[in-house]
Amino acid sequence: METKSKSMSEKDYSEENSSLWKDAWTRLSNNKLALLGLVTLVFFCIIAFLAPWIAPYGYEEQNLILGASPPSYQHLLGTDIFGRDMLTRIIYGGRVSLLVGFIATSVALVIGVSWGAVAGYAGGKLDAFMMRLVDILYALPFMIFIILLMVVFGKNLLLLFFAIGAVEWLTMARIVRGQVMTLKKQEFIEAAHSMGLPKQIIIVRHIVPNAIGPIIVYATLTVPNVMLLEAFLSFLGLGIQPPESSWGLLINYGVETMEEYPWLLIFPGLALTITLFALNFLGDGLRDALDPKTSKD
Amino acid sequence: MIRFAAVRLLQAIPVLFGVITITFILIHSAPGGPFSADKAVPPEVLIALEEKYDLNLPLWQQYFGYLEDFISGDFGPSFKYPGRNVSELIASAFPTTAELALYSMIVAIGIGLFAGVVAAMRPNSVQDYAPMSLAMIGICMPSFLLGPLLVLIFGIYLEWLPISGWNSLPGDKILPAITLGTGYAAYIARLTRGGMLDILSQDYIRTARAKGLSEIVIVCKHGLRGGLIPVVAFLGPAFAGMLGGSFVVETIFNIPGLGRFYVQAAFNRDYTMILGTTIFFAALIVSFNLISDILAMWMNPKLRQKDLGDEK
Amino acid sequence: MDIKSNPQIYRLFFLILHGIYLCVLPGCENPPTNVELGNETGVLHWGNGTEPQSLDPHIATGVPEHHVISALMEGLVLKDSQTLEPTPGIAERWDISEDQLVYTFHLRSDAKWSNGDTLDAHDFVWSWWRALQPRLGNLYAYMYFPIKNARAYYNGDINDFKEVGVKAVNDLTLQVMLENPTPYFLQLLDHYSTFPVHQETVERFGSADERGTRWTYEGNMVSNGPFKLRKWTINQEIVVEKNPQYYDEKKVKLNEIVYYPIENGITEERMFRAGQLHYTNDVPIDKVETYRAANDPALRIHPYLGTYYYRINTRVPHLKDRRVRRALALTIDRESLTKNILKGGQIPAYAMTPPDTKGYFPPNKLEFNPLEAKRLMALSGYPDGKNFPETEILYNTNEGHRKVAVAIQQMWKIHLNIDIRLTNQEWKVYLDSESNGDYEISRAGWIGDYVDPNNFLDMFICGGGNNRTGWCNEDYDKLILQEAPRKKSDQNRFAIFREAEEILIDEMPVIPIYTYTSKNLVHSSLKNLNPNILNQASYKDLFLSDDIE
Repeated sequence: METKSKSMSEKDYSEENSSLWKDAWTRLSNNKLALLGLVTLVFFCIIAFLAPWIAPYGYEEQNLILGASPPSYQHLLGTDIFGRDMLTRIIYGGRVSLLVGFIATSVALVIGVSWGAVAGYAGGKLDAFMMRLVDILYALPFMIFIILLMVVFGKNLLLLFFAIGAVEWLTMARIVRGQVMTLKKQEFIEAAHSMGLPKQIIIVRHIVPNAIGPIIVYATLTVPNVMLLEAFLSFLGLGIQPPESSWGLLINYGVETMEEYPWLLIFPGLALTITLFALNFLGDGLRDALDPKTSKD
Repeated sequence: MIRFAAVRLLQAIPVLFGVITITFILIHSAPGGPFSADKAVPPEVLIALEEKYDLNLPLWQQYFGYLEDFISGDFGPSFKYPGRNVSELIASAFPTTAELALYSMIVAIGIGLFAGVVAAMRPNSVQDYAPMSLAMIGICMPSFLLGPLLVLIFGIYLEWLPISGWNSLPGDKILPAITLGTGYAAYIARLTRGGMLDILSQDYIRTARAKGLSEIVIVCKHGLRGGLIPVVAFLGPAFAGMLGGSFVVETIFNIPGLGRFYVQAAFNRDYTMILGTTIFFAALIVSFNLISDILAMWMNPKLRQKDLGDEK
Repeated sequence: MDIKSNPQIYRLFFLILHGIYLCVLPGCENPPTNVELGNETGVLHWGNGTEPQSLDPHIATGVPEHHVISALMEGLVLKDSQTLEPTPGIAERWDISEDQLVYTFHLRSDAKWSNGDTLDAHDFVWSWWRALQPRLGNLYAYMYFPIKNARAYYNGDINDFKEVGVKAVNDLTLQVMLENPTPYFLQLLDHYSTFPVHQETVERFGSADERGTRWTYEGNMVSNGPFKLRKWTINQEIVVEKNPQYYDEKKVKLNEIVYYPIENGITEERMFRAGQLHYTNDVPIDKVETYRAANDPALRIHPYLGTYYYRINTRVPHLKDRRVRRALALTIDRESLTKNILKGGQIPAYAMTPPDTKGYFPPNKLEFNPLEAKRLMALSGYPDGKNFPETEILYNTNEGHRKVAVAIQQMWKIHLNIDIRLTNQEWKVYLDSESNGDYEISRAGWIGDYVDPNNFLDMFICGGGNNRTGWCNEDYDKLILQEAPRKKSDQNRFAIFREAEEILIDEMPVIPIYTYTSKNLVHSSLKNLNPNILNQASYKDLFLSDDIE
């Protein structure tokens, strides 16, 4: 049997939240890669926000005679088959993709973490009920669900985020529940319990922070998923409509012509990849910074 | 453990029932019927067809009729492919899908675990960044991109491997398995690294190190066991997902698997086929989630102690 | 702790690599491709689009089904693969009465089913009776409607099949009476919906009018064409082999045809490149250019009997005005669209009926004319697009439809200054919206069932099932339903059709956009595949040879 040496003294329950955050920020700002990730993300967000002012062309401006052309001085990242400027389309596409990425992931995060934490902590019948509900939702035919959403609500972006978040939280819930089940058997939680702390406080203050590692990892994994899912849904007609675009859609179209016009795939692909790397570095940094175990060292 | 499994299997009954009911409601509220077509369908034909498949009955009668058939093991006839039964179609596609899922899982676990463990052993070093960056690229690379890319490189330009079909040649299986497995491998790598880091920073691991145990023993015996719990939680639904078939990979490589039925059935409004594949998929989910929960329990000594205690 | 001090991990890694290497090795030996093997053994590998729903000729609909069925079965007449003129099939000759109302078919005496049974006139009578049973759900029952009383029987107004104009005079003579002179009647007899089926086999697996019995499965099916069914694995392949009982067996050169259901055009093109297919069902738009630039003879593009058009819902208030509809039609730059976006040799369409449909040329009353369009818009109260409500183009989810819609959206914005919203819907939802009239402008296409203008024009009669625009014009109906059928010569009929089509173009409930082309990749070893506007292959004439012609 492994020794478990987490002692109560290290878990000071009167500890100020603000100092926790301050500590975390100090640790984060010492992590150069994480900072780089943060700066890149902020930069991308600013560009996306300023799109109408900085994009060199209109995103719907066509030039059928020009058609698909490789990068040139007029069009730094080339043009698509309608002769539309790719740089412009990527900048505009970033608005949708970043928004979907962050909002849908947050939705999934909030639902998944609370669902998983409650189920895992409560255990017993409630746990069984909640997790079997997750099983049911897993199994429902996704395509039909999407078709119905489209019909019932028409198309709009908010709905898209909802649909994506509604799908992505399931695995998150399972992972968090697994973590929580492990954590709640550990001494410090049992101790907190015996001290008579309310359940909500134990879950929010002690369980979730200790499960933060896998949560952040899974959240960073969810972002690319969500962005690609958005493209798929938009393709099906739920979400954005042409001439608007997103990175996921641009990549989708790029794949079809990857032999003929590789730049239509490479540049949006790069935009997505860079974002994910940045997110990932930031995520790892956050994980290290927020992990309560590192705080005591 | 056995009691735990038995209880969960009993719980599967309401799960399946819930799935059938909700799916039934969903498909009947979706617009467009199984027989609508590009060319106008004459009303006489429509009436005849609906009569043939009992679609003229009130919904609740259809629902109970379906339940009755389902309990007696009959999934009904496919609307899209006249003369074929749903169970027969699923049975014909499942072996292919299962084979593909198995190979893909081998790829995913093999690469994922290896990369994750290597990365976790020296966090924040090149040994960490290299495999993790590859994993990130693997995640960014959706199968609809990776598949065609592999086909072009290994199939068309190098002419090493066949690019489609699912015959007796072993070469047929390589590209699809890699395409399907890579995304999962990337997930597993990230989750493994995260889980391992958590465990390796625990005090009991330090104690073990202080005792002078070799790193391999520590990693394999203590680290993997605790560090893989999030991975195992992920693997259950992941494997069930693979067994449900992958529409994208099956389409790219023209593989006759379940995924195509599953997706096409929704587009065709092939009601019985949708219900059949969904129930099948639900059964897979329930079983694999159960397996992954049992594994997680086995790997977590704390949980095991309590739940097994009364059986010993 | 350092990986270098852990040789075990390294060893494991190499073990895995070695394993992968062993797995890959057999694949590296470059086995002969399908095409190479097929050319030696006379096996044709054919990309066939989607999985056929059914091989029962009285149930099937769709092009992939057609390909397989036309290899398996044969009707009274065949079509010349180049001119599409009727040629003898199961009927070795036929007489047509003076008034063009009675057709007498003389069947060949050596026609047999694939199980050796003889095929005679009674088989046709029984098969046609079966095809007209509503319970069977035959979507092509209307192919029989030129026959006297066939429609009445089908609708249940007549209950005795004896009153329908078809009878077996003797074993080898089949007599058919028509409702009206129908110059295209012989063509219908080459459509699979009029093919004979083997009564004994059909009835062994269920009642005659039962939908979806197993008589068309491998091992069960009995057919009368140059090939017979050997294997049908769903979503994988359908294999047909030479039918030794076929009357013209000596002429059939292929031993087998393997049909592959490949839905994804990009996958199909790659399979062709890798030597897995002799023939592809389609060529993706972006690949056409590559093949064309390389001057690759494999690329075959030919006009196809089909029109791509936009339906306008004439029930929508601001689209009620025919001037608005015309303005929309006048501002589509079809030349630019076909040249720069579609790139597959599509022909700009200025009328519903494709030009030269059996010698018919539609009237020329439409052009690209933004000035005139602007004038019309101003007249209808929308000068420079002012106050014109945002209008929706509905299309079913598909890359090609999206491209066309995106281009047209921009053309209307530039030339008319109106805002267009694009909406794509999943296929069945789209069908639902369209047939419920729940759309403003919607994308549509029509592929001819037979080569005659009638097939393109009779769908726009008032309340026609395929009209769906809410447009109704009595003069038009009169021309199509009453005047055209009475004319005996094509010349006179075509004059009527031209008059009708002029009304259609003037009223513009539909905006023709382009005439389809068939795009296929054909391996150089596949010989005798003649182009025609129905893109139908005559499988019994095909052969494989490595020789360069």
